[in-house]
Amino acid sequence: MVCESWKTKLDTYIDGELPEQEMRTFDAHVRGCPSCSADALTRVQMKRAIQVAGKRYVPSTDFRRRIEQSITPKPKPSFHLGWMLASAAAVILVVGTLTSTYMGSWSGKNKDQASRDRVYSEIADLHVATLASSSPVDVISTDRHTVKPWFQGKIPFAFNLPELQNSEFSLLGGRMTYLDQTPGAHLIYDVRKHHISVFVFQERALSLSLKLPASWDGNSLSPKNLPFNIETWSQGGLRYFVIGDASAADIDSLAKLLKASS
Amino acid sequence: MVYGNKTAVRWFTLVCVSEKSLPSEAFEQLAMPHFERLYNFACWLTHDRQEAEDLVQETYAKALKGFPSFQPDTNFRAWIYKILRNTFLTSRTGLSVTATVPLDLEGEDEVLPAVKETPESILLQRSDGKLVQQALEQLPVAYREVLLLCEVEEMSYQEISATLAIPMGTVMSRLSRARSALRNGLRTQLQKG
Repeated sequence: MVCESWKTKLDTYIDGELPEQEMRTFDAHVRGCPSCSADALTRVQMKRAIQVAGKRYVPSTDFRRRIEQSITPKPKPSFHLGWMLASAAAVILVVGTLTSTYMGSWSGKNKDQASRDRVYSEIADLHVATLASSSPVDVISTDRHTVKPWFQGKIPFAFNLPELQNSEFSLLGGRMTYLDQTPGAHLIYDVRKHHISVFVFQERALSLSLKLPASWDGNSLSPKNLPFNIETWSQGGLRYFVIGDASAADIDSLAKLLKASS
Repeated sequence: MVYGNKTAVRWFTLVCVSEKSLPSEAFEQLAMPHFERLYNFACWLTHDRQEAEDLVQETYAKALKGFPSFQPDTNFRAWIYKILRNTFLTSRTGLSVTATVPLDLEGEDEVLPAVKETPESILLQRSDGKLVQQALEQLPVAYREVLLLCEVEEMSYQEISATLAIPMGTVMSRLSRARSALRNGLRTQLQKG
């Protein structure tokens, strides 16, 4: 019963799932065997009948609209005044606690460390305020070749951005920023739903403006009074800050990518 | 202190940082083309349009939430169908109708004789599709879903394997048994009618 062995694979043949060589062999057999040919035809007709019968239910346009609305990006939330006041009060309470803690330990620190901590807090301010803004970036792009040229003419220096193709980081965009009236670039990156800010300023301008010491520790991670991880360094006359609530390892990884690209 | 006040003024509106919009747009582009077919499949699983709507809605919500973990170079269709099916299986209806393959058909790979006019060919000639629909409805859900994925959604065996989380060999044997069960169901209808 030669055809019996063929028939066990007939469904797989009709489904187009046999390996290529076996498909060709099967084709040749079916063409030459009336029994298998008739059987194959019946099964194809059955497949088509199931396909037609199976396309039975159509969703309403109202349901489609509901689904579309549920998955389309929502506009940034605007808060009622009550929520804004409540959240501002909560933040002021937290800030007051942090500030008093900071002030309590201030007398014990040297001036240089105090200056650096002040800068870290200013950077943290910029990071938080930008992310809470209704338009956190002025140039929206994941392409560094779009973001970098956008800053030309807006800031008195140029900088390089790293290639992120094989990393977990993605660039969301950038904006102009100012630190104590010193213009700089603010870039926002994302890693696993954590937003990281990268700030770039001219080192000399920043040092004069903030009266920073001529040199300072290049990698001061996790200043105690801030709920973020931060890394800073100077390279090529530019001062970089990388800050976010991502892990210290992620902050360090992004910093390494930036250093390598500069 | 001046510095402390300056910090307090700047730290505002921290309650909610909105989600990124870019992944949602990518999800919409990938997910909406499957909407009608997902709904059709959901109706065949639940036998109830309202429940099917709930199932589809929950599927899209879960898929959107889980989208950051979706690997871009993998099969999105199989991924979202799997979510829908798993959501169905854990629903009340799904739990009550799931999921063991009928043992009376276990191991029976029926091979039909190649006669010119088999019962199925007569049925297909006479049928307006309603008989096939009724036969499909009466199948156990495990058979019905594999037939729908293969014939209506035109998924490959590999896609079906990924959607149902079963080995390829099981896809093939289950399809074979489902087709046998459907043929038996059609014969029963023919004998009645």
